[in-house]
Amino acid sequence: MVWRRIAHTLREGPSAEPPGPLDIETIASLAGRLEAAAQARLGRGLAIMHVDTGSCGGCELELRALANIVYDLERFGLCFVASPRHADVLLVTGPLTRNLVEALRQARVAMPDPKWVVAVGDCAVDGGVFKGSYAVMGGIDPAIPVDLTISGCPPAPERILAGLRALLEANARS
Amino acid sequence: MTASSLIRNARSEPCRPWPRHVLSHDEWSRMAASLVEEPTLALLAIWADTVQVHALLLDDAAHAVLVASTDIVAGTYPALSPGRPLAAWFERLVRDLWGHAASGGLDQRPWLDHGHWPHAHPMAPRPAPYGGASEPPEFLTVAGEGLHQVPLGPVHGGIDAASHLRLTARGETIVRLEARLGYTHKGTLALMRGKSPRTSARFAARLAGESTIAHSIAFARAAEAALATEAPRRAAALRAVMAEIERIAGHLGDLGAVADAAGFAILSARCGRLREAVNRSAGIAFGHRLMMDCVVPGGIVADIAPGGSEAIQRALLGLAAELPELERLHDAGVLIERLSGCGTLPLGPALAFAAGGPVGRAAGRSFDARRFHGYAPYDGLGVVVPVLTEGDCDARARLRLAEIAESIRLLHALLNTLPADGVSVPLPAESGDGIGCAEGCRGDIWHWLRLDHGQIASVFVRDPAWAHWPLLETVARGSAVADLPLVKASFGLTSSGVDL
Repeated sequence: MVWRRIAHTLREGPSAEPPGPLDIETIASLAGRLEAAAQARLGRGLAIMHVDTGSCGGCELELRALANIVYDLERFGLCFVASPRHADVLLVTGPLTRNLVEALRQARVAMPDPKWVVAVGDCAVDGGVFKGSYAVMGGIDPAIPVDLTISGCPPAPERILAGLRALLEANARS
Repeated sequence: MTASSLIRNARSEPCRPWPRHVLSHDEWSRMAASLVEEPTLALLAIWADTVQVHALLLDDAAHAVLVASTDIVAGTYPALSPGRPLAAWFERLVRDLWGHAASGGLDQRPWLDHGHWPHAHPMAPRPAPYGGASEPPEFLTVAGEGLHQVPLGPVHGGIDAASHLRLTARGETIVRLEARLGYTHKGTLALMRGKSPRTSARFAARLAGESTIAHSIAFARAAEAALATEAPRRAAALRAVMAEIERIAGHLGDLGAVADAAGFAILSARCGRLREAVNRSAGIAFGHRLMMDCVVPGGIVADIAPGGSEAIQRALLGLAAELPELERLHDAGVLIERLSGCGTLPLGPALAFAAGGPVGRAAGRSFDARRFHGYAPYDGLGVVVPVLTEGDCDARARLRLAEIAESIRLLHALLNTLPADGVSVPLPAESGDGIGCAEGCRGDIWHWLRLDHGQIASVFVRDPAWAHWPLLETVARGSAVADLPLVKASFGLTSSGVDL
């Protein structure tokens, strides 16, 4: 009996019909909705790489304060990473000395896309007090495109945090 | 004749509070040769102007400051580096900025000039068209089998200042460490020239962020010395209040950074919270968390805010209550084991390089600028300066804890007896040379400036990191590669103050 059924199947083929074409539009719309939901729920993490381009060290003090338990950067999904290859955000302090232009460019190139560049402090924004010196470029803008500027000398931690959280929201919605 | 008596016997020119002695090339060469026989004469800095080169020396034994100058002849001056290794770094700086060559200098490689400026010798009267410095840099060579090199920086993986460390290691042991700095050179000295001390104070406040107050005080004291004026007593007392707050914040930051580098998160978290409270109280009292630009030549920019004194004392009470817990955490097991014997600095190099701050005092060099004569208001407070002799990361951490306790005591004493006179005096637009010093959280800071009718004609700044970078090179030799971040955090190294 079994042999007869096998022979029949071999002769006639399976009973299941071949699949019809899929509705491309439905797929696209569903995929879009899924991605939006995932981005809104899961896209709330930004890895930040800090680059000093000639800062006096004042901005670094306030950046380090961001990581303390009072501001607790990581509860927002923000964290500092040690390599531009792991980073979504390049956070730059300092008026961009001529001696660091190449290092800054290389750090940005090493980041995966999409990438954000944040200039923290008056120096990184436009050179601050060091504007016009022979040794500085006067802000990072001449060397690499900047997405967000956070001014202040140095900006208080809550101000840096507000800027980074705005970036986080924008990233989650994009 | 000893080097110090050679300097003292030379013709002197007015400079306050210590006269500046001008030596002939012959006298300067003899002074350079006799430096070897006088180890207690510490070289603090070498700098230049367009016609002379100057050296700032500290006679540790006599507790006196010596300033020596010699004329530049045919673009050169006799080098000091054969007698004082630290001089080589300054000689390279003098060459890069002013174009004066140190004849007989141990190291003729460029230092600040990496080949990216529009002109060579930017501080010279006529900056030369470009033609000098080079990338890639030359590093000292190490001969031997089985060696490998590790380049670190200028971009480091943490929230860190730009610097380059070239490690040569055999397996996991460092054979040679060479630091290359100059990345954060902003041309600060050139920016300060031609401005009034009051206008230039904002540059002094931005030489090194963690010591913004100490640099501002040293600069203000240099300007006041040059003009033979004094800040009012209330201003001096409030400067000291700011300096002690900065010291506490800086020490908490360094203690936290060391704990972090050792992977001891709980101490790092505690220090971070306490530091935040101290910074906030400074914000309430002086309008800026780091008190940047609050100290100006002639006094301070504004009086302490109403309620500021109480805010500071509240933060101090919280800190004092937690200090025993910080000490307990430090001494409890894992951390002390990791730090003991790690990054040990012997007394010899500490003296030879005039190591200041916790780096020097944890190795037995007791110098603290607050105890230097004539430093108001400290001379009336009886500052207790703890000194240890072990010289390792553990000693530096314990020294910082002890200094925090002393700073709390000083702050209460200062805030409870604030004099009632003014907060600033106007500065006359006169000429003169002056030297000022201050004790920052990383060590003693020295500013020299020359005023010409109320404008800065020439200025130089000596940050404690000048000694600490070469000492890191010394300490790293023979230590484990994995210890380097810990030792670096324990030294509290920054670039901006030395890169200028």
